[in-house]
Amino acid sequence: MARTMAEKVWEEHVVRRAEGEPDLLYIDLHLVHEVTSPQAFEGLRLAGRTLRRPDLTIATEDHNVPTENILLPIADPVSRTQIETLRKNASDFGVRLHPMGDIDQGVVHVIGPQLGLTQPGMTVVCGDSHTSTHGAFGALAFGIGTSQVEHVMATQTLPMAPFKTMAVNVTGTLRPGVTSKDIILAVIAKIGTGGGQGYVIEYRGEAIRSLSMEARMTVCNMSIEAGARAGMIAPDQTTFDYLEGRPHAPKGELWDRAVEHWKSLATDEGAEFDHEVFLDADELSPFVTWGTNPGQGAPLDSAVPDPASFEDDTDRAAAEKALAYMDLAPGTPLREVRVDTVFVGSCTNGRIEDLRAAAEVIRGRRVAEGVRMMIVPGSMRVKEQAAAEGLDQVFREAGAEWREAGCSMCLGMNPDTLKPGERSASTSNRNFEGRQGKGGRTHLVSPLVAAATAVRGTLSSPADL
Amino acid sequence: MEKFTVHTGRAVPLRYSNVDTDQIIPAVYLKRVSRDGFEDGLFAAWRANDPGFVLNRPEYKEGTVLIAGPDFGTGSSREHAVWALQNYGFKAVLAPRFADIFRGNSLKGGLLTVVLPQQVIERLWEMVEADPATEVTVDLEAREVRAGGITEPFELDDYTRWRLMEGLDDIGLTLRHTDAITEFEKHRKPWLPVTQ
Repeated sequence: MARTMAEKVWEEHVVRRAEGEPDLLYIDLHLVHEVTSPQAFEGLRLAGRTLRRPDLTIATEDHNVPTENILLPIADPVSRTQIETLRKNASDFGVRLHPMGDIDQGVVHVIGPQLGLTQPGMTVVCGDSHTSTHGAFGALAFGIGTSQVEHVMATQTLPMAPFKTMAVNVTGTLRPGVTSKDIILAVIAKIGTGGGQGYVIEYRGEAIRSLSMEARMTVCNMSIEAGARAGMIAPDQTTFDYLEGRPHAPKGELWDRAVEHWKSLATDEGAEFDHEVFLDADELSPFVTWGTNPGQGAPLDSAVPDPASFEDDTDRAAAEKALAYMDLAPGTPLREVRVDTVFVGSCTNGRIEDLRAAAEVIRGRRVAEGVRMMIVPGSMRVKEQAAAEGLDQVFREAGAEWREAGCSMCLGMNPDTLKPGERSASTSNRNFEGRQGKGGRTHLVSPLVAAATAVRGTLSSPADL
Repeated sequence: MEKFTVHTGRAVPLRYSNVDTDQIIPAVYLKRVSRDGFEDGLFAAWRANDPGFVLNRPEYKEGTVLIAGPDFGTGSSREHAVWALQNYGFKAVLAPRFADIFRGNSLKGGLLTVVLPQQVIERLWEMVEADPATEVTVDLEAREVRAGGITEPFELDDYTRWRLMEGLDDIGLTLRHTDAITEFEKHRKPWLPVTQ
């Protein structure tokens, strides 16, 4: 029977199947960070259990870490304790850890692919919802809670409820200045933040095929913002070229065997999805959010919507509440919305291609008066690469701040936050109330829009410069 | 985990959709390494900034059943959201739709999340707002919610229901199948990466 890619990967990982019980799935890679792991390690200790496969586990420090003065002790004692707890746990349970200052430290979803640990056909989990990022390689990758983190540590498996399949078909060709971030923001605006609930999404079509690996990661990363369990893209030559030669990629004869297997993972001709969505890339333009959930987005060319225009009562009430929080009046052209801060970084858009894109726009220009622009590389390797290309100089000369790697202002767990009432254009993934700091207001944008916005001080695309 | 069979208590009407995990508990509250004490972070911004917010109103102080709008728990995988609700005293959350990860976390930890049709949620909101002393019963055994004149069945798979009613944790159940895991490991693809 013709099967989808998600079904194939799932089937390859079933350890145990029994009537009336969820399938028990084997987990190939477990990524760990400081925020969602301490209670799981403690649970193992209390039950006298061991970590079954330290060799399939890797940890990094990302959510909580400062992005300045990283060689000094962390000022916030609670943050410091959480980092120290991870270091002790990693040491006690034999987990490889990339701590602050290490060249392989960075945002967990940036370092996995970078090290070649994320490969097609794998199951990948992490106590972080943006684990969906790794689906860009044709892996089945999902975010889990701390109870499940402990479960994977103890058993290297997870009981998983069955899923439904959704195809998001993106046909056509992206116009210049339109990026994979705009694709995914448009998808979420179309299907809503609950549209993907219960589904594994497969992104398909020529517009997806023509994306680089890093651009594909941006798309899969935000699957969770549509409520989906996971997002996937079939592995192809782009995937193989990205992986070949990375530290943990297979080598020699194993590489050939792996590639052969990976090619068999794509959804079979004639396989049926439970739901299909279509999007025309030719019609897309730079997209920004105006509200307080990632589904509340619109083309930059448009205006803040009037809540009265929403037919559904719940949507109308949500729009009213969002506009009050965002302090935006209906009908305001989005290009006239003034920002205080521009953040370039995160597991969504903190990779080298994102920094290159932003640098190209800002090169030879200045960040607008009164605007703070912060560049936070997704990993120390990204930072090193950017510096080797002189991008750090480009940003500094424009007046932007050049920081160390971490999650930073994406979620404001470290000192990088918005002040109450401040407004940002952010390349991250969530515009929830207070996400980037209590009372802060967030507009989600692509790196190109972020850079152009920094120059003009209002939401803008490079074409406006 | 505490067993869950039937819970009866007062309710709190939360008339918002898309209550995301950053509203349930903002990131700054996630720095603790314990599993308790998260009640101070529950809906922290709304409690601090809005005197009219439901949890700030004395008539809802004793509520143990939260009744919310669609897409409750969207966003992050932080199980701290479940802990915050439980630490505060909630035993169950009723809503028309839940985000998947939040729902999974809640059912692992013994916070019963119940999916009810939007019109039933609306009727419950009206009933509880009219009389905050209304008691709502969440009956896992019978798989139904009862309040005033309302009796509404809900769906939950047999396995999860059994696990919650017995108060069993998944890890203990899975460890019964260690042999199957060991057997599976003998046949994994040879090129799969190891971290050390």
